[in-house]
Amino acid sequence: MAVEQPSWDRFDRRRRITRFVLLLAAAVSVIASWQFMDTGVVRPETIPREVGDLLTRMYPPDVAYTTRIVQPLIETVQIAALGTLGALVLAIPVALLAAENTTPNGATFWLGKLIVTVSRSVNTIIWALFFVVLFGSGPLAGAVAIVFRSVGFLGKLLGEEIEEIDFGQVEAVRASGASQAQVLLYGVLPQVKPALVGLSIYRWDINIRDSTVLGFVGAGGIGVELFRAVNAFAWQSVAMVLIVILGVVVVTESLSAYTRGLVR
Amino acid sequence: MAAGNRTWERPTVFPRRGMKWAVYAGIVGFFLWSGVGVGADPARIAQGLGSAGSLVGDFLPPSATPRQAQRILDKMLESVAMAMVSTLTGIVLSVPIAFMAAENLSPKPLYAINRGFISVSRAFNAIIVGIIAVKAIGFGPLAGILTITFKTVGFFSKLLAEDLEDIDMGSVDAVRASGASPIQTLLYGVVPQIIPRFAGLSVYRWDINIRTSTIIGIVGAGGIGSVLLTAFNRYDYQYVTAILLAIITVVLVAEGVSAVVRRRYN
Repeated sequence: MAVEQPSWDRFDRRRRITRFVLLLAAAVSVIASWQFMDTGVVRPETIPREVGDLLTRMYPPDVAYTTRIVQPLIETVQIAALGTLGALVLAIPVALLAAENTTPNGATFWLGKLIVTVSRSVNTIIWALFFVVLFGSGPLAGAVAIVFRSVGFLGKLLGEEIEEIDFGQVEAVRASGASQAQVLLYGVLPQVKPALVGLSIYRWDINIRDSTVLGFVGAGGIGVELFRAVNAFAWQSVAMVLIVILGVVVVTESLSAYTRGLVR
Repeated sequence: MAAGNRTWERPTVFPRRGMKWAVYAGIVGFFLWSGVGVGADPARIAQGLGSAGSLVGDFLPPSATPRQAQRILDKMLESVAMAMVSTLTGIVLSVPIAFMAAENLSPKPLYAINRGFISVSRAFNAIIVGIIAVKAIGFGPLAGILTITFKTVGFFSKLLAEDLEDIDMGSVDAVRASGASPIQTLLYGVVPQIIPRFAGLSVYRWDINIRTSTIIGIVGAGGIGSVLLTAFNRYDYQYVTAILLAIITVVLVAEGVSAVVRRRYN
């Protein structure tokens, strides 16, 4: 009698079939998508050549152009800063509504969730289109667009922080006879303060990147110069603007990482 | 010695108190200067928000003629299709770049080059990449695919490279010690350790790509964004609202799918 060989399989049959079906579905949807778009790439090998051509036209970057982009660059930084500040002010009440343990009732909880969801699903550039209609073109519309985009992000993450606080401390403050505002100020706020600072800086860093494109819809910042240069086919100026944006983003990112390291 | 004189101060991140106030004053000054620079005077804001009331009336109710609805559907499908294709191309291109950008697997110069590429890709907003792609290869979804692929590579290979740096080198050494070739070491020592994260990240990026593909049409790179910009320029605000609702719906569905799949994998 032959000893039955123990055998080992990484996955049982059901998991293998599920995997296969999922992969097949993914493959079919990608192929169908390609067919649907009907992009008609007759000669895909020309793409690298076109891109290479563009890169040679960008070289060397027009250094003299820097003097023209200093002012729009400052404007971009200002838009991001004001937008983050405004979003922070609005996000605190929204976060209190959207956190299960501080929201007064079911209706306010859903209101908080609705604000967070709508704010996050609409891109900054779409908010900017909207506020350019309201305020006219210029950096003010951009700053308000940044506010409306960031409220959802800050409200959601801050709300999650509030849900994780130690409620014992809140009870203690309330038991000492504190008013509703005092409970928030001395029971809730100290527990979320590090998160508050960290999240604001993180969002500020994202907002710097977002505000570089606001200019395209007329909402101010360095985007205005970039799009003017692109439309004029002034590729060397475009290269200069791109280098400056890259520099600012890298500086912002390291500043943000450093400061978040301090408060953590 | 008066023991009762001991005082307690709240700890801060600043080494000295004077510095703390200097930093705070600097921040307040910066915001005031920004307010002036941006032209945020209260009267203008009040006026803008006041006219918001009447403008909201122009945006409601959302409406679209049957032809416009058909256009939304067509362009939305194009957005989703762009996201599908470019998620795949982006991930395929990311894998080698991620391996080359992992400090423990790649030689120093190669590491620096690939990290540089990742930083460049991450620094530029999709809209900026979109404009350049449109100028380079013309209007349409192909420019969009190129844009989203480029953005995907920056994001995906950064996170994948970080996972690769965290892997357990013990099992890699074990595979190598058994006499495996470099390729076999990668296949059996490294790859099995990152497969679950890989799947989770792919779905997460797909979700982000759906969002991106709904807006880059604004610069002519295909998808629903072009319809939105046209509607705005024609002051056809009820149609704008209809398009926005369609975008929000698709974004939420993608986010839901992505959240469910990632919960199963993690």
